[in-house]
Amino acid sequence: MHLKYESQLREPLVSGNKNYHQVTEDIVGPIEAKPTKLWYIGFYIAVALLMFGVYSVYREVTYGIGQWNLNKTIGWGWDITNFVWWVGIGHAGTLISAILLLFRQGWRTGVNRAAEAMTIFAVMCAGQFPIFHMGRVWMAFFVLPYPNSRGPLWVNFNSPLLWDVFAISTYFTVSLLFWYSGLIPDFATVRDRAKTKLRKRLYGTAAFGWTGSTKHWQRHESLSLVLAGLSTPLVLSVHTIVSFDFATSVIPGWHTTIFPPYFVAGAIFSGFAMVQSLMIIVRKVFNLQDYVTLGHIEAMNKVIVLTGSIVGIAYLTELFMGWYSQNKYEGYTFWYSRAYLFSPYGWSYWGMMACNVISPQIFWSRKMRRNLFVTFFMSVIVNIGMWFERFVIIVTSLYRDYLPSSWSVYYSPSTYEIGFYLGTFGLFFTCFFLFAKYFPTIAIAEIKYVLKTTGDNYKEDMSKVEQMKVDEFVHEYAH
Amino acid sequence: MAKKKFVVACFDDEDVLFPAVKKVRTAGYKIQDVYTPFPVHGLDHALGMRETSLHTAGFIYGITGTTTAISCISWIFTKDWPLNIGGKPHFALPAWIPIMFELTVLFAAVGMVLTFCYLCQLAPFVKKHHFHLRATDDLFVMAIECTDKTNVDDLKSFLSNNGAIETDVQIAEEGWWFGRYDNDEIPFQKSQIVAA
Repeated sequence: MHLKYESQLREPLVSGNKNYHQVTEDIVGPIEAKPTKLWYIGFYIAVALLMFGVYSVYREVTYGIGQWNLNKTIGWGWDITNFVWWVGIGHAGTLISAILLLFRQGWRTGVNRAAEAMTIFAVMCAGQFPIFHMGRVWMAFFVLPYPNSRGPLWVNFNSPLLWDVFAISTYFTVSLLFWYSGLIPDFATVRDRAKTKLRKRLYGTAAFGWTGSTKHWQRHESLSLVLAGLSTPLVLSVHTIVSFDFATSVIPGWHTTIFPPYFVAGAIFSGFAMVQSLMIIVRKVFNLQDYVTLGHIEAMNKVIVLTGSIVGIAYLTELFMGWYSQNKYEGYTFWYSRAYLFSPYGWSYWGMMACNVISPQIFWSRKMRRNLFVTFFMSVIVNIGMWFERFVIIVTSLYRDYLPSSWSVYYSPSTYEIGFYLGTFGLFFTCFFLFAKYFPTIAIAEIKYVLKTTGDNYKEDMSKVEQMKVDEFVHEYAH
Repeated sequence: MAKKKFVVACFDDEDVLFPAVKKVRTAGYKIQDVYTPFPVHGLDHALGMRETSLHTAGFIYGITGTTTAISCISWIFTKDWPLNIGGKPHFALPAWIPIMFELTVLFAAVGMVLTFCYLCQLAPFVKKHHFHLRATDDLFVMAIECTDKTNVDDLKSFLSNNGAIETDVQIAEEGWWFGRYDNDEIPFQKSQIVAA
């Protein structure tokens, strides 16, 4: 019946001899159980961080951008660094759900739901930074093109910063729709098992009255496929446009044509690292090791080593061009401000190199790719490295540019600048804790869909098919 | 609201379901729908459904987005408020491509999701009749509409012989109504009015 045939050589994506009902039990079970003490502790820490973030933002809104240590030369500091960092993290979800869907990568089913959720939360966090960086945040709606009483004075459609407004808001909307349309059938599963009145009511509302009708599934499949097709160029465009924020300027270190692919690769790199950090914890806490197997972890580590190496090549290309262009400003930025360890920010460049390029090479070893501790540790390292990358790009380019008289003093963030960043961590983890507890963290319907081709018990049954001659196989299976 | 009588058969394996669907249809019964916990590929064809045109709608929404972007931006920058940006042309098409692309995707995605919800009649607070609660768990539930001529017992045994693990008869309403899932009230069951 299954047109998709999977080789016996591939390891099963669902282990533990599951049948359809067990899949439901395993994934919905944690939702129906009471939250554990550990969950409460984690959740309250996240909320506390969020509260500190809210206070930091309150200070910034009330007293102005002066609450941050930005200055005339370093106009973009931690805020835009964090913005790009969060947007980058927000790329893995749609990459996993869209691009891997188009490439027919079966392993996406185990991690796509959590990755998409993470994407949405990360983009929510990212959005805070440019909005509050505006200073007069109550005028944030000025970025929207609408007929206004100021002329009408329109926004500048030729500006990459406006493209960013469109790109990020489109990306958020489309990711949210993609995620939620996938969640509807799974909410219906939770709803139909619900025992308490409140659950029936809440999940009943969330499931939109889904019945599982064949016609609805047919449309759902079409919707998912087209949304995947749309999201694939979208995910590439978003970080490309973020890179345009820099690349279309004339600042040495920013004015670079390789930025779009380099940023996209970096985004995938950090996004997958964040998925690893979260999934390693989620699979352990909710006992989902049968669905997020070592095979999944290994597949993601392969993506990490690939994209990490692409990013590494980009760093080296930049250094090469810094010399080859024989442009003294470029050369100064790349070879002094960045690559010289004892320049004021040299530490951040070498931190970036160590975290992003050198250490992920450990994943060429299969043993390391399948080691949970190493993977978790590396996923954190990679995200630190990617934060450094954005810091390096922004701050080392800005602090000393063409005119030595406007060179900046050493920039370090203020308490409330750090507080804002911590606050977005709070927002992210508050959302993620709620998601992990009350939403199906793994796409139930999609797991059931691939179960008979990749479940370990079903794979065994395929052995006899494997032995068939081609003619027999065609006779049996081609309709 | 119209209520109908259905014979409901539950299957626990899609490999049993397919031949059963074929046999039920050849026997001349009208399958109202098959409810499955996940998309079963080929089932729509087995049931004789036509392809969905949702993707065509998506394409139309997409080009609407593109034309909206290009027409709005070009009107704004060439007619309404031509802004001199570094002496560059007012009609700066290459610079508008990012926004045109984003609006294409945005319109297509939002439009398709809304169309999907409309076609499937999905919305919050919508309630529908569920023939079997395990249809979202592990059962493939086939609902066959009964006419006056249908012999229910024959049909039930016919289904059981074809692999149904459970059969029953339900009087149900097609379509949807506003309702809550914590509330068992079904609109077609009129509450008894007791005269004092």
